[in-house]
Amino acid sequence: MAQTLLRDEFKKGIIAQNAVFVLAVGLCPTLAVTTALKNAVAMGVAVIFVLVCANTLVAALRRFIAREVRIPCFIVIIGSFVTMVEIIFKGKLPPEINASLGIFIPLIVVNCIILYRAESFAYRHGVLRSLLDGLGIGVGFALTICLVAAVREVLGSGTVWGYPWVPVSWPVRYVPASILIQAPGAFLVLGLMMAFFNWLGQKRSA
Amino acid sequence: MDVTQFLTIAFTSILVSNVVLAKFLGLCPFIGVTQKTESALGMGAAVTFVMFMASFATFLLYRLVLVRYDLVLALKTPMFILVIAALVQLVELFMRARLPALYDALGIYLPLITTNCAVMGVALLNTSDAPLAFREMTVAGGLVAASWRGICCGLGFTMAMLLMSGIRERLARVNVPAPLRGIPIAFVCTGLMAMAFLGFTGMG
Repeated sequence: MAQTLLRDEFKKGIIAQNAVFVLAVGLCPTLAVTTALKNAVAMGVAVIFVLVCANTLVAALRRFIAREVRIPCFIVIIGSFVTMVEIIFKGKLPPEINASLGIFIPLIVVNCIILYRAESFAYRHGVLRSLLDGLGIGVGFALTICLVAAVREVLGSGTVWGYPWVPVSWPVRYVPASILIQAPGAFLVLGLMMAFFNWLGQKRSA
Repeated sequence: MDVTQFLTIAFTSILVSNVVLAKFLGLCPFIGVTQKTESALGMGAAVTFVMFMASFATFLLYRLVLVRYDLVLALKTPMFILVIAALVQLVELFMRARLPALYDALGIYLPLITTNCAVMGVALLNTSDAPLAFREMTVAGGLVAASWRGICCGLGFTMAMLLMSGIRERLARVNVPAPLRGIPIAFVCTGLMAMAFLGFTGMG
């Protein structure tokens, strides 16, 4: 088996195997926490941390985990790291961000991306490769949700990182399309963005 | 628990804050298993059943063990997911032995439910900032309310699955522009559905 370059293990997660747009996993947090850029950054950091740690530990323990009980083992490993994130976030993040992330931090434990990488990659590869794979997929996911959040925040509440992007001193004002930060807007924005990236891909291959 | 409370929980979890359309939970099966109406119905029924069992078990665990021994922050997430995973296995074994007809109908969907975030999501909502403050109820009262909410959220999920499968069976016969084919158009349709359901807000 030809060994792929270590660099490529990291790079593939960002575009070629992008979790949301290509693999279509991890959709729930992508829609739920992308009402503002701040929330998306917090969620992205949490997912990168859990994914890197869980991948590394699963890879390190892969010879000790019997095939028959691997899924419960993965779940316990992932659950422990998720609990760490929960405790850290509760102490360090401002309450309004914690409130809008809500149940989606504990729900990282059932995020298909993480179990999927543990099962299909970390259980079959070495520690270093699994770490890089987790980092790549995690960064790809974080960038994606930040992009979705940026579109929704800019158009839906007229702000960037909480500040209005049309300066208040200007005579014109941007009237936000608030539907975009509500539930329907999440589905519409993600659907249209997926279509846009499909279109780009199809144009390139044509 | 009186009749009004039962109706409020039902109305809220099926229409006003539908798990899929308003809470963004369970999107993987919603996108993955809605190509055909029969499979959407099968998945919906399996999820409703597991959601009921999971709400019951996790609420009991939460009140009798986690709260009593002050372990909520440290053990809630791992315990809940393990209970749900064990429950799904148990249901699968039981069905295979005792209800083979139902097992054949739902069998393939059951293992998938472990990682269905709607089940875990409802369990977490029942034991956290529930709008109906299940926290302040007695153990028995809260247990009834949590289980009923599990059933209703499952019914709401089934309804969303059925509506979506109807739309997608029609979409399969029309000429959708190439970049929108598959998941993107499904999301756009869901957005329009969610917009309709937004009309229920304020009625809960």
